[in-house]
Amino acid sequence: MATDPVNLQIYLACGALLFVMGVHALVVRRHLLLKILAINIMGSGIFMVLLGVAAGGEGGVDPVPHALVITGIVVALSATAVALVLMLRVKAATGLARLPRSGPED
Amino acid sequence: MPSTAFMADVILAPWLVIVPLVGALLAGLWPATARWWGLLTALATLVLALLLALQVHGQGPVVLALGGWSPPLGIALVADGLASLMVLMTAGVGLAISLYALGYLGGTARGRWFWMLWLWLWAAMNALYLSGDVFNLYVTLELVVLASVALVALAGGAAPLAAAMRYLLVSLLGSMAYLMGVVLLYGAYGTLDLQGLGAQVTLSAAPMMAAVLMTVGLLVKSALFPLHVWLPPAHGSAPAPVSAALSALVVKVSFYLILRLWLMVFPELTLPGLDLLMGGLAAAAVLWGGVMALRVSRLKQVVAYSTVAQVGYLFLLFPLLWAAPGGWQAVVFFAVAHGVAKAAVFLAAGTLQQAAGHDRLAELGAVMRGRLKTSFALGIAGASLVGLPLTGGFIAKWLLVQSALEAHLWGWAVVVLGGGLLAGAYVFRLLGPAFEPGPGDRGRPLPAIMEWVPLSLALLTIALGFAGTPALALLARTLVGGGG
Amino acid sequence: MTRHRAAATLMPLMSLALAGLLVVAVLDLPPQSGLAEPVAGAMDRAGVDHPVTAVLLNFRAYDTFLELAVLLLAVLAVWSLGRRDPIPARPVQGPVLHGTLRHLIPVAVVTGGYLVWVGSSDSGGAFQGGAVLGAAGVMLMLSRPRELPMLPAPLQRLGLALGVCVFLAVGTAGLLAGHGFMGYPPDWAYPLILGIELVAALSIALTLVLLFLGGRHGH
Repeated sequence: MATDPVNLQIYLACGALLFVMGVHALVVRRHLLLKILAINIMGSGIFMVLLGVAAGGEGGVDPVPHALVITGIVVALSATAVALVLMLRVKAATGLARLPRSGPED
Repeated sequence: MPSTAFMADVILAPWLVIVPLVGALLAGLWPATARWWGLLTALATLVLALLLALQVHGQGPVVLALGGWSPPLGIALVADGLASLMVLMTAGVGLAISLYALGYLGGTARGRWFWMLWLWLWAAMNALYLSGDVFNLYVTLELVVLASVALVALAGGAAPLAAAMRYLLVSLLGSMAYLMGVVLLYGAYGTLDLQGLGAQVTLSAAPMMAAVLMTVGLLVKSALFPLHVWLPPAHGSAPAPVSAALSALVVKVSFYLILRLWLMVFPELTLPGLDLLMGGLAAAAVLWGGVMALRVSRLKQVVAYSTVAQVGYLFLLFPLLWAAPGGWQAVVFFAVAHGVAKAAVFLAAGTLQQAAGHDRLAELGAVMRGRLKTSFALGIAGASLVGLPLTGGFIAKWLLVQSALEAHLWGWAVVVLGGGLLAGAYVFRLLGPAFEPGPGDRGRPLPAIMEWVPLSLALLTIALGFAGTPALALLARTLVGGGG
Repeated sequence: MTRHRAAATLMPLMSLALAGLLVVAVLDLPPQSGLAEPVAGAMDRAGVDHPVTAVLLNFRAYDTFLELAVLLLAVLAVWSLGRRDPIPARPVQGPVLHGTLRHLIPVAVVTGGYLVWVGSSDSGGAFQGGAVLGAAGVMLMLSRPRELPMLPAPLQRLGLALGVCVFLAVGTAGLLAGHGFMGYPPDWAYPLILGIELVAALSIALTLVLLFLGGRHGH
């Protein structure tokens, strides 16, 4: 499968932009659910770049990145599940689904 | 040595992952017996770690292609001097933490969760130290994160939960940045193998961006100033064995990975100004952590801020890495000495806290005078943190200053010495209450093991004072990349 | 507050700079076929016909093993955070929901099983199959949480850990038999991979359902 190089570059650039959007939202947004979503968006950007890399070669699609994406998705899912439950516990304990502003230092 | 000749063909590295993992699985399947599995695992892992260090010392680095598929197709385990020293440090401190936890947590419900998560954490750290593949390292990194976040949250209550949440978000940001770096490296060179990458990486846009993303991502995780905000609440509010594990061991994980990457993958890259920037942050961390440790009022908070300062020393790595050959070995020895001393201090602090029922520094005098073994442990391990002679910390700082001076980096040597003065001040603050006049009080009754373990670890810091030569010999058997 | 205002103005600039640098870096990547050739060259010894499955379960089996371990650890971490909140009983219990589920769940089970089976020769595998099975379980949980008997706790733990345990046992056996950690005897690669995938799919499905419930079983 030969991929049009311009298409491919669009994929790669969009993946990179998605990653940066995730970073930005993770820092700027305060609600924990948005922060967790932001991390997942970063992950999606990474996987998009990885799949673009897989399609870049002459000799057909490289299977290794596809395997890495599956592994990456499962790892991201696990971390998301833990983060969501932790968010619920934080909300139950403090009444807010957000972190205190960088807190007192002791 | 006959023992190393005997060990030459034995495959050890995978067992250092298998054994703790089996322990973790058994502890999870039979929670009621978790602590006995934990203890058995800790002993077996220490024996294996010692054998691995001897083997690497005797015959040099061991590279093992998993499943018979050699890289770049498969994944390699790399057991070299650096990896085996970190595994050994983890095993030694890990056994001490396990023994201490027997007394601290006993067979309580919270204790069962501790054992399971702690064994998972141990398996994950060993897997990380021994991995030779950048993507595999990402997976092990996530294992470390999930286990340590759950351990932080184990204390319950609003503050530890918020600390755990912050820690998780920060760690995931770091992991994602690291993973993006992995993708860029694979896109540029078509391999994930550390050695394979090291042979190919040259100066161009993608690997430079990868180096920046991976380094910054891991820095966030290792709580270098000014990214340290999550550390003191997380380390200071956890149960004592968890604080010890986090401060002594987990902090070293991301430091190790940064060092591994710059030794094996990026030695050909020089990012201008990086050494100055990192050295500056390191110096700021030493200063800030030391000052904060002088200001906070609770024992475990002082120790947690001391970790912020000591993380600073670890990142003097960058100015030393290129300028002083062998400088990184001094930093690794510092990491080991700090690991042992910090575990001793946190465990001793836990004993005092349990005995007194609180850890407000100003009111601990009576208990410190009543429990002399523990106060003595706090004093010796504190001396190692300061870098007083006869301790591992002294040798570590000696090596650091020596390699800085050899490379004519006077400024960084001053940072090391000045940080020592600050450490002296806060360790004196820790011990101060013990020297006030007044009667001693043993406080609440505690299992004897909670006094003996910190003391043994403190004595180990003295033994480390004589371990400089073998440790450096082991570190000399480390794989480094470059020349591509 | 000034610190946060400074962060609010600086962050867009920093994000823009990062975006620019990262786009330059990804566009700088040379076209290359990665590991396509080494994988193609080793397929005759892989035991399965599909390259992605060969990478996941054979060439990089250690990654996949650790990834199952991550899933298991996630459940343990979630459980260590406390008991789960009860799912409120569904107010909607009409014939449409029941009828849909009655048809959808068997289809999901068959699809999940098929995906696991077909993974050796076509797109599919343990994760895809496990995810479909897990989705069926989640639908079941959402529709009638009160009536469902839950597995007893020891069986739950065993079911969760089964994938990791079997994978670890096979991998360690490979080490003892001289095929390397996480290696298979060449003749046995296909049945071993299929067995691991089946067990892993079941564990993954159970893991997903329990992660969805969040927290360990109540009372």
